[in-house]
Amino acid sequence: MLERITRLHSGRAWLVFAVTIASLTVLVPLLAQISVGNSPLIGEATVLLLGKFACYAMVAIAVDLVWGFAGILSLGHGVFFALGGYCMGMNLMLSMAGQGVYRSKLPDFMVFLDWKELPWFWHGFSNLIFAGVMALLVPMALAVAIGYLAFRSRIRGVYLSLITQALTLAAMLLFFRNETGFGGNNGLTDFKQVYGYSLAQSSTKLAIYILAMLAFALVYLLGQFIVKSRFGLVLRAVRDAEAKARFCGYDTLRFKLTIWTISAGICGLAGAFYVPLVGIINPSEMQPSNSIEMVIWVAVGGRGTLVGAAIGAAVINAAKSWFTAAAPDAWLFILGAIFVMVTILLPDGLISLLAKRRVSRS
Amino acid sequence: MQTIHRILIAAIFTLCMQSSMLARAQGMVEVQTVQRLGSANADDVKRAIGEIARADPGLSLPLLEAFSAGKLGIDEQATAWIQDSGVLTRATDGVPGKASGHVRTILADNQTRRHLDEAISRLRLRSPNPAIRRAASAEIAHHPEPESVDILRELIGHEPDLQAREQMRLAIAKSDIQSNDREKRLAAARVIGESGDISMREPLAALLLPGEGCERDPAVKKAIRSAVSAMEWQELKIRTLANLIYGLSLGSVLLLAALGLAITFGLMKVINMAHGEMLMLGAYSTYLSQTAFVKYAPRWLGLYLVVAVPLAFMLTAALGLLLERLVVRRLYGRPLETLLATWGLSLILIQATRTMFGAQNVTVASPEWLAGGWELMPTVVIPYSRVLVLGFTCVVVSFVWYILQRTSLGLKLRAVTQNREMAASLGINTERIDAWTFALGSGVAGLGGVALSQLGNVGPELGQQHIIDSFMVVVLGGVGNIVGSIVGAIGLGVAAKFLEPAAGAVLGKIAILVAIILFIQWRPQGLFALKGRAQES
Repeated sequence: MLERITRLHSGRAWLVFAVTIASLTVLVPLLAQISVGNSPLIGEATVLLLGKFACYAMVAIAVDLVWGFAGILSLGHGVFFALGGYCMGMNLMLSMAGQGVYRSKLPDFMVFLDWKELPWFWHGFSNLIFAGVMALLVPMALAVAIGYLAFRSRIRGVYLSLITQALTLAAMLLFFRNETGFGGNNGLTDFKQVYGYSLAQSSTKLAIYILAMLAFALVYLLGQFIVKSRFGLVLRAVRDAEAKARFCGYDTLRFKLTIWTISAGICGLAGAFYVPLVGIINPSEMQPSNSIEMVIWVAVGGRGTLVGAAIGAAVINAAKSWFTAAAPDAWLFILGAIFVMVTILLPDGLISLLAKRRVSRS
Repeated sequence: MQTIHRILIAAIFTLCMQSSMLARAQGMVEVQTVQRLGSANADDVKRAIGEIARADPGLSLPLLEAFSAGKLGIDEQATAWIQDSGVLTRATDGVPGKASGHVRTILADNQTRRHLDEAISRLRLRSPNPAIRRAASAEIAHHPEPESVDILRELIGHEPDLQAREQMRLAIAKSDIQSNDREKRLAAARVIGESGDISMREPLAALLLPGEGCERDPAVKKAIRSAVSAMEWQELKIRTLANLIYGLSLGSVLLLAALGLAITFGLMKVINMAHGEMLMLGAYSTYLSQTAFVKYAPRWLGLYLVVAVPLAFMLTAALGLLLERLVVRRLYGRPLETLLATWGLSLILIQATRTMFGAQNVTVASPEWLAGGWELMPTVVIPYSRVLVLGFTCVVVSFVWYILQRTSLGLKLRAVTQNREMAASLGINTERIDAWTFALGSGVAGLGGVALSQLGNVGPELGQQHIIDSFMVVVLGGVGNIVGSIVGAIGLGVAAKFLEPAAGAVLGKIAILVAIILFIQWRPQGLFALKGRAQES
């Protein structure tokens, strides 16, 4: 087993991986502590931004696992991400019982709606471990249901994309309703503490950031493990010629369903880290456009390589944060142009530029 | 001293009474009475309304109508005026004039509103215009007050107009159903049953329930029961018909939005995520046409919609051609990449629209000839704009059908759809056909946008609201044929309208999305699957 893990990368690649993760989890927090003059070398906002990128990178890896390796283009991964986020958000809401505006043991929005007790599906979420497990299980359960129905009927390609898009739209409409029980329009927000630690303190935020980065590292290794395994090989066969793989005796439904469910779980995990970092979860995370953006991270970075997907997520989101502040009107033009240019001119993504340079050098 | 005082007051009081009686005798209205309309005491206002109503109807009706509409005012010299679009008429004698100083408006409040409306209806009953009498008796029949019913009993014998008489009969019956006379109740139950006035269903049904004031006479009970069941049946018929018609209307909107997509996606297998933006640009073309008319030909403003139709088609078709040449062409055979690239195009088009026209919605006012609605039944009114869209949908569908079935382009297009290689080897320039097809699909989307501009808001996000629904229509109908899209759109529209009353708009929409997802499991090829070779591709 250990040998199979060490064989995931070449020695040099392991070194790059270790240095990257170490600098992100150790160096960045250290620099955030060291102040020169009045301001720290890395501000809190930057740390939170990097944490957000880690969550997005996990989503990108999840999307890449199904799209890049199994040929399933999902336009609804935002649902899985948001569901994970909601599970975490429910824990955060319950952990601040009595500290809300109304000083009630119920979350504020329930008091506002004049509810007298917790709905049944909120029970248990006051336990962080339970909430964390649910953040994985709820998206995975939805994925199994949808995936089983879709793959069994051999719904493929654009049909599957359109169905997942309809799914995220339906989920968004559902969560917008107050009666659904997740805060309606406003979602869950105004969190005060996580696991007893105040969210106002920068040390808590730093800890969440480090955990998110470690989760990203684990997700990456898990992804790499899947991709390099025999299972990953069959997945690629399914992607390139599903009928042939089936005729060779592989139960393609099982392979597709497994990777689809794992992918949903990774999204849920990312959502669970995302919510305490940004401090809010609301139905707009399920907007169809959000899910499409997740796909473009992978396309830009390089479909079919996990590193590429993670890089794509970081690059696009860094550009987004910079442009929406510096030139908000230009951002949609740029994002739109990226969509068009990458699909036409750079079908293998940014990572292919790196690979080409390496080839030309050797 | 006190006695003198008392006598003096009494004398003044009698004088006032006499002068007001004098005024009433001549059918005049006292300005003091008008002033009392503004009193804070509701009973006082009601008494004043009663006094005015007894005056000459030529004076009292316009006065009360003005009071009801908030057009009655009193100036600083205590003269009452009726203000109507800048023209002032003295309320007490109907003579035009000029107010001295500021005119303070007297407003009717909700406490006295019913009373006021009743008084107006009673006055209108004596109007020489049969249409006004009809409306007034219908108004009274809606909520008959004993006073009004007495007047109706007196007038019904002289009423020449049939419809007005029907309404009067209904109003009297509604009052008689509470009467002590068994015969009257029996007749009333029959009249109400025949009238088909479904608002009476609940009050009638309440009479059948045991309790105070319930009906005991078996014959009357039977009449009431049959009246109630007749109304229930009537109500069901009306509701079903209304749902069908509203569903048809919604379906026609869905179809217009999806028809362009049925061409590009259905026939060419190109996923055009920028389709919604073609709708949006079609709607903005309508706005452009309206703006141009306002600026250069305000007299012909009503015609802007007629000009907008070809303008929207040309504009979006040209843009579609351009996008096909620049982007879509390079991605044929890679449907998932096409999806992403056209999504990028849609973002660019949305932002470009925002930059040019602003992020807010623009106002597209329906032309005057579209105002109002078509009253199928008392409770089912279809706005003319919806009727127009329904007709327009038929025209656009016929147009698409004609192009596909009766033109050389359509013939070649169908050939390319069925077998690209074979078509190419027979000398068809498939690339050119692709380009024209994409332009046609975009142009039809532009036409859909013109229709949408008449029904809802026109803003940069217009397309985003329709894109997913449009895809659902095409997927539901089955890719590759237009008939499927038509059936799919109408079916979805009708289903939505039947679900809405039961589940609410949002849950209804969710239910439909889930139903489509499940439906596709069952029939992955849609309602109308293509048979033979085309299916495999």
